[in-house]
Amino acid sequence: MSSVAMERQPAVTRGKARYSYFPLYRLRQLLWSVVRTILVMGICFVILYPLIVKFSVSIMDEMDLYDMTVRYVPKHFTLKNYETVWEYMRYPEAFMNSLRLSLLTSIMQLISCTLIGYGFARFNFPLKNLLFGLVIAILVVPPQTIMIPLFLRFRFFDVFGIISALRGETLNLLSTYWPFVFMSATGMGLKNGLYIYIMRQHFRGAPKDLEEAAYIDGAGPFKTFYRIMLPGAIPMMVTVFLFSFVWQWTDTFYSSLFLQKLWVLPTALSSLVPNVSKSYSAEQLGMMVYLSPAYASMLNNTGSILVVIPLAVIYIFAQRYFVESIERSGLTGM
Amino acid sequence: MFFVYPLVQSIIFSFNDLEVTTTGYKLNYVGLGNYRRAFLVDPNFRRVVVEAVTQMITDVPLIVIFSFFAATLLNQEFKGRALARAIFFLPVILTSGVIIAIENSDMLISMARSSFEEEATTGAVASVVQALELRRLLMQSRMDPRFIGYITGAIDNIYEVITASGVQILVFLAGLQTISPSLYEAAIVEGATGWEKFWKITFPMISPLILVNVVYSIIDSFTRPTNQVMQMIMDAAFKESSYGYSSAIAWVYFVTVMLILGVAVGIISKRVFYQE
Repeated sequence: MSSVAMERQPAVTRGKARYSYFPLYRLRQLLWSVVRTILVMGICFVILYPLIVKFSVSIMDEMDLYDMTVRYVPKHFTLKNYETVWEYMRYPEAFMNSLRLSLLTSIMQLISCTLIGYGFARFNFPLKNLLFGLVIAILVVPPQTIMIPLFLRFRFFDVFGIISALRGETLNLLSTYWPFVFMSATGMGLKNGLYIYIMRQHFRGAPKDLEEAAYIDGAGPFKTFYRIMLPGAIPMMVTVFLFSFVWQWTDTFYSSLFLQKLWVLPTALSSLVPNVSKSYSAEQLGMMVYLSPAYASMLNNTGSILVVIPLAVIYIFAQRYFVESIERSGLTGM
Repeated sequence: MFFVYPLVQSIIFSFNDLEVTTTGYKLNYVGLGNYRRAFLVDPNFRRVVVEAVTQMITDVPLIVIFSFFAATLLNQEFKGRALARAIFFLPVILTSGVIIAIENSDMLISMARSSFEEEATTGAVASVVQALELRRLLMQSRMDPRFIGYITGAIDNIYEVITASGVQILVFLAGLQTISPSLYEAAIVEGATGWEKFWKITFPMISPLILVNVVYSIIDSFTRPTNQVMQMIMDAAFKESSYGYSSAIAWVYFVTVMLILGVAVGIISKRVFYQE
């Protein structure tokens, strides 16, 4: 924390003269940057370690796993794992489906959660506290508890009996994107309680003056929200978007519940080992072949890396908005 | 609509004994029987809930403080900041959905991790000596031994703390980004010290998000799939197929969690600063 480092410097060196050659201050700053570098690198190492292991396993040959002398650097370098995984996960197809699904849901969740959060932060309506308690309850109650009712609802989908009156039967929305659309649009998707909460707290913490000014100038609630409140909320929105994208990208629960036929990455990854062993079994004329646990774990690691890489890329793109909004944030200043 | 209906159904289940029949299911009304079983008959339930609560109380402050600290670190300017931020984001990915499911079932990774933890705790002699030194130093300063145990325990569990705080770090970071720089400029002109800037600007401005993160950490600690109570609920539902009992203990548990959340929110939100 630079705040601590700058703590006791004399008042003269502050402000514009901050970068003057005041030796004690320079020393303190240098020391702090050394400590900070060590800290950041240490934490990064702890985080990266499992990933490094994954990566080094994924470029090894199976032989190396049984070789005690091999730890991180493989003796028999190979990309064969990636080829196998690419083929059995049907990676391009799964990637495109996942991308479409995650983009769709995360953008819809972002819109609905921002709106709901703003509503909770600024407007009064009956049963507000009870409804907000329900929002938190979404987080507390794991989706497994409401799995069966949800499944039935989308299997026999109907709105107040209108659809069955028109078509003579209810709609089957499974294996389409519609369940996700409905869930996201109503702020009911995966962990949406958290997003609503984040947005609500952010908007409650934002200054009211600008909004009041906008109302006086004749802007309606939506225009105020769109023109005044949203620009200041961009870092929060990027964060919410990232969470919902990541969680949708790796979610097995809803995608296996609603999308049994659509091939997406999480289902591809969790069915990877069974599929490979099945096809090996077919080659052996119906004899059941079990993959050795080491080989299976090798495939899993490779698959996980292929799932993680796109997310890291997206994060690096999204990060720009973090920095951009600092320059813009004069708008929400006091 | 998608949420309240199943919830109500689950409450109804908890007062009944659910029997799966060929045509669907049948409910036998047993009143409070399931709840009585949870509290009075089942020997494990109360113990497990208490353990989950203590676990939460030890973990949450650590996670929130650590993630706040990490976010302030990442908000400063230094070389390679973008890379460091990307790396701090990785735990969010690595602990989500299918990745963690694969990892938990994976032999090789768990072997690697245990050997890593061994190395981290016993292998590097110097660090162990340092930990002992730290402990002795703290002992000499006549602090409460329980507190010392807490600190050293935290250092031993650094991996768990870091992986559990990915979400919180990102939320804090975004919060720090939305603080208007003009506030700091004004403070510098007025001659505020860094310490004052932190407590008078950063802390109040970020306090709504501290509340969010405390709530999220509490919920996360209670509902992660490795939590023993969650496992009990799942086992009761899918292994013993007694849905009624499973819903009953789930309800007891959720009500407990909501009560704890209510207390925590009540305490913290008095100190939260809103510009209202």
